[in-house]
Amino acid sequence: MSADGAKQSDGKAGAGDTGYETVIGLEVHAHLLTRTKMFCGCATAFGAPPNTQTCPVCQGMPGSLPVINRRAVEFGIRAALAIGCRVNLQNRFARKHYYYPDMPKNYQISQYEEPLAEHGALEIVLGGVTRSIGVERLHLEEDVGKLLHEGELATARSSQVDYNRAGVPLMEIVSRPDLRSPEEATAYLRALRAIVVFLGVCDGNMEEGSLRCDANISLRERGATKLGTKVEIKNMNSFRNVQHALEYEVRRQARALETGERIVQETRLWDPEHLRTVSMRSKEFAHDYRYFPEPDLPPLDLPAPWVEEIRAGQPELPAARRRRFVEAHGLTAHEAELLCQGRGLADYFEAAVRAHPRPKAVVNWVLNELLRELPGDDDRAIAACPIPPASLGGLLALIEDGTISGKIAKDVFEKMYRSGEDARTIVAREGLTQVVDTGALGAVVDQVLAAHPQVIEDWRGGKKAALGFLVGQVMKSTQGKANPALVNRLLGEKLPKL
Amino acid sequence: MGGVSETLAALTIDALAAKFRAGEATPSDAARDYLARIEAHDPSIRAFMTVTRDVALAQAAEADARFKAGAPRGPLDGVPIALKDLFCTRGIRTACGSKILEQFVPPYDATTYQRLRGAGAVLLGKLNMDEFAMGSSTENSAYFTTRNPWDLDRVPGGSSGGSSAAVAGALAAATLGTDTGGSIRQPAAFCGVVGLKPTYGRVSRYGMVAFASSLDQAGPFAKTVADTARVLQVIAGADSMDSTAAAVPVPDYLAALGGGVKGLRIGIPREYFIDGMDPEVEQAVRAAVEVLRALGAQTEDVSLPHTEYGLAAYYLIGPAEASSNLARYDGVKYGLRVSGRDLVEMSSKTRAAGFGREVKRRIMLGTYALSAGYYDAYYGQAQRVRTLVARDFKAAFGRVDAIVAPTTPGVAFRIGEKEDPIQMYLNDVFTIPVSLAGLPGISVPAGFTRQGLPIGLQVIGRAYDEAAVLRVAHAYEQATDWHTRKPALEAVSR
Repeated sequence: MSADGAKQSDGKAGAGDTGYETVIGLEVHAHLLTRTKMFCGCATAFGAPPNTQTCPVCQGMPGSLPVINRRAVEFGIRAALAIGCRVNLQNRFARKHYYYPDMPKNYQISQYEEPLAEHGALEIVLGGVTRSIGVERLHLEEDVGKLLHEGELATARSSQVDYNRAGVPLMEIVSRPDLRSPEEATAYLRALRAIVVFLGVCDGNMEEGSLRCDANISLRERGATKLGTKVEIKNMNSFRNVQHALEYEVRRQARALETGERIVQETRLWDPEHLRTVSMRSKEFAHDYRYFPEPDLPPLDLPAPWVEEIRAGQPELPAARRRRFVEAHGLTAHEAELLCQGRGLADYFEAAVRAHPRPKAVVNWVLNELLRELPGDDDRAIAACPIPPASLGGLLALIEDGTISGKIAKDVFEKMYRSGEDARTIVAREGLTQVVDTGALGAVVDQVLAAHPQVIEDWRGGKKAALGFLVGQVMKSTQGKANPALVNRLLGEKLPKL
Repeated sequence: MGGVSETLAALTIDALAAKFRAGEATPSDAARDYLARIEAHDPSIRAFMTVTRDVALAQAAEADARFKAGAPRGPLDGVPIALKDLFCTRGIRTACGSKILEQFVPPYDATTYQRLRGAGAVLLGKLNMDEFAMGSSTENSAYFTTRNPWDLDRVPGGSSGGSSAAVAGALAAATLGTDTGGSIRQPAAFCGVVGLKPTYGRVSRYGMVAFASSLDQAGPFAKTVADTARVLQVIAGADSMDSTAAAVPVPDYLAALGGGVKGLRIGIPREYFIDGMDPEVEQAVRAAVEVLRALGAQTEDVSLPHTEYGLAAYYLIGPAEASSNLARYDGVKYGLRVSGRDLVEMSSKTRAAGFGREVKRRIMLGTYALSAGYYDAYYGQAQRVRTLVARDFKAAFGRVDAIVAPTTPGVAFRIGEKEDPIQMYLNDVFTIPVSLAGLPGISVPAGFTRQGLPIGLQVIGRAYDEAAVLRVAHAYEQATDWHTRKPALEAVSR
């Protein structure tokens, strides 16, 4: 085995037993959930017909000028504070130049030497170990448009451009090269996603490109202090892709180093179909972006009280909420982690607990039953959930008071999910109420005992499993409506007397 | 047709507005008079890229109605104006002197044009210019060269040469130009009209095709300082579409004109009288200083020691920003498109065919100046020089209220005379430092050479103190009669 150690999950041995250490840094781009674009008043909604959300500014028309979206700056500050960054009260935009037809001005307004915020850190938990990953900087920029080619770019007979996305506010968060394995990288990405989603500054949707991730990855001799030659990986639009692409790249680079091959500093694209990275361009052809301060925008001079106001208004962040879930509700760290991937699920859990204050029962149902039915765990999926948290609480209350059994409850849950009705309505209509009438149940128990003399003999002979069989028979006769505890008690009373 | 004196085109904005109010003439009369003069004289002057005859007559008719209803919008209502062809005008081609924008019809109006329209001004057309405002003669226009109304063999200056020639030839009551390193003041001097470059940030740049964003500024040309003040009054002030247009209050410029110069301290920068300048220009400017002194101004010598470095800094900052601003012209979205085998070839063929020599020269200069490894030595150094130039002015303005100097070292030259770009660049040596410092500067007629070519006097003020600049220029203008002389134009028979 060469570098399959990437599959190990101790968080340290990204390059397995090859003697190499994996070094990864992530650049995450997050679409900000502002109503309008970064530098003009156009709408940002996803999926509108091409070029219907554009104006002279985001089309880069001659004579047009950018004006900074205050809300985007506020969202950037919110995220920066949540990851412990120092907000630069003085910061400014810069132009980054390269030619590409999806970019109307052939330069992108971004931030370079004076970003919005710097020097933060993010905690990740992996295998019970907590590590702090440095965040180098957080800056704001505008997104580019989308190209549609007829064929490959180089030979396309025609290409069309949709500028709806051009100018949508982006926040770029650059980590330090502190990540040591693909697992750590995905853990970092999940933690970051949870934060921006909790803050309500990004919807965290990787498939639609609201959250995008590029990785810089290199290997070096274990114990070495100098970084190896890094390769940039792009086009990883899911957590799974990030994990797979980085695992692949660890193996590729380890093999190259073992065979004495030179690692080329380049950009590689993840090809999710063939599960490999392919070279896109090497550093020899790298762009000179010719950054210079954006002369159309005065430097941003943020009032300190505004930043403090934003700090004071920060919502509870995922880490704090996880801690509270463990301490106040007695959940395991793992359960808390799963609940706090997004604010929607965590809110759902808390609302259900308010309706039915048995957190352990609620968390089991949310994580097992609810997530099995929902199409995803993102806020959109939670918001569209046909079972409101109070209804789930109601269902659990019926189990607790003995009205229905846990098994029946699962059927009721599915019906609730499909119909949107509450548990009590379904139980009443379908007569699913548990049989707790001792007389009625006693008769069923008598019938079962009369029908199985051999089993009674076995029980007398010491076979404890025989009791389970008899309980099962009673449940079967009552279509599962019998209260199992009551059945057990009745059998326990009647058997010795036979 | 008769000479200008028999038409409404002879009048100042003030006099024209008085006639409208008195019912002695209508905006339509004025528009027709100007359109007739354009028809008669523009074939020889060639100031206009586009004459918007129908637009002008329709807008004038609306103004007629307002006057008839007794509700004119103000002193510019019904006044015929024209714009340098880089102010975006919705539905009207805006070519910026370039082949690359030959087909470009903007979907929106520049803020300045919106404000002029809001004040009721009537658009006669769009004016010729050096391509992307890069040049000092209009010889870099991709279309044709505009002629100086004082001598049709000579250039009108540039880049706003169409704007200055149109006012000098009485083809518009006032025009707008833009000034990046002297492109309003130099052509105003060459054509014997008033031209004001306001403080950077005084007037919105929204809808003005960009050359160098940190230097470009729009400003008026007019027959008199008072007319210039009236136009500035309308276009000045903050704009939600331009973050660099400052929220500095706009004073009443016309009220500020009357102050005179008595007791005002006026500086004469010794670095602005250099070897090789036209002695007639120097003489005229020194005579102008005497006029101001006679009017009661206290004059004193000042020093602006970094003046000589201004030109070099300007020719790094300007091209650097231009290389960035002009990157968008790639054939993908608007304007010229030359097909190619792929996107890259399409872009490079489009740019090769669409840009002229001077534009390409500056794009290359600017791209180089911003390149990794050279940025600090070129662009960075130029910005530091810019700071020093601005500091010179700040120090001088600690002692004086205004500075007067020649606008240009020479007068209008012959078409084709200056083939060396450096010789051309030297035209702007007295206007560039003011642009680098972002200060307001005006050129006002200050005499003629023996050959009969106009000479300009430049008045420079503190940031946002256009009022002082206008006041000095007005006092000088009122004490002299240079502005009353008009070029003799012969109507072209068609």
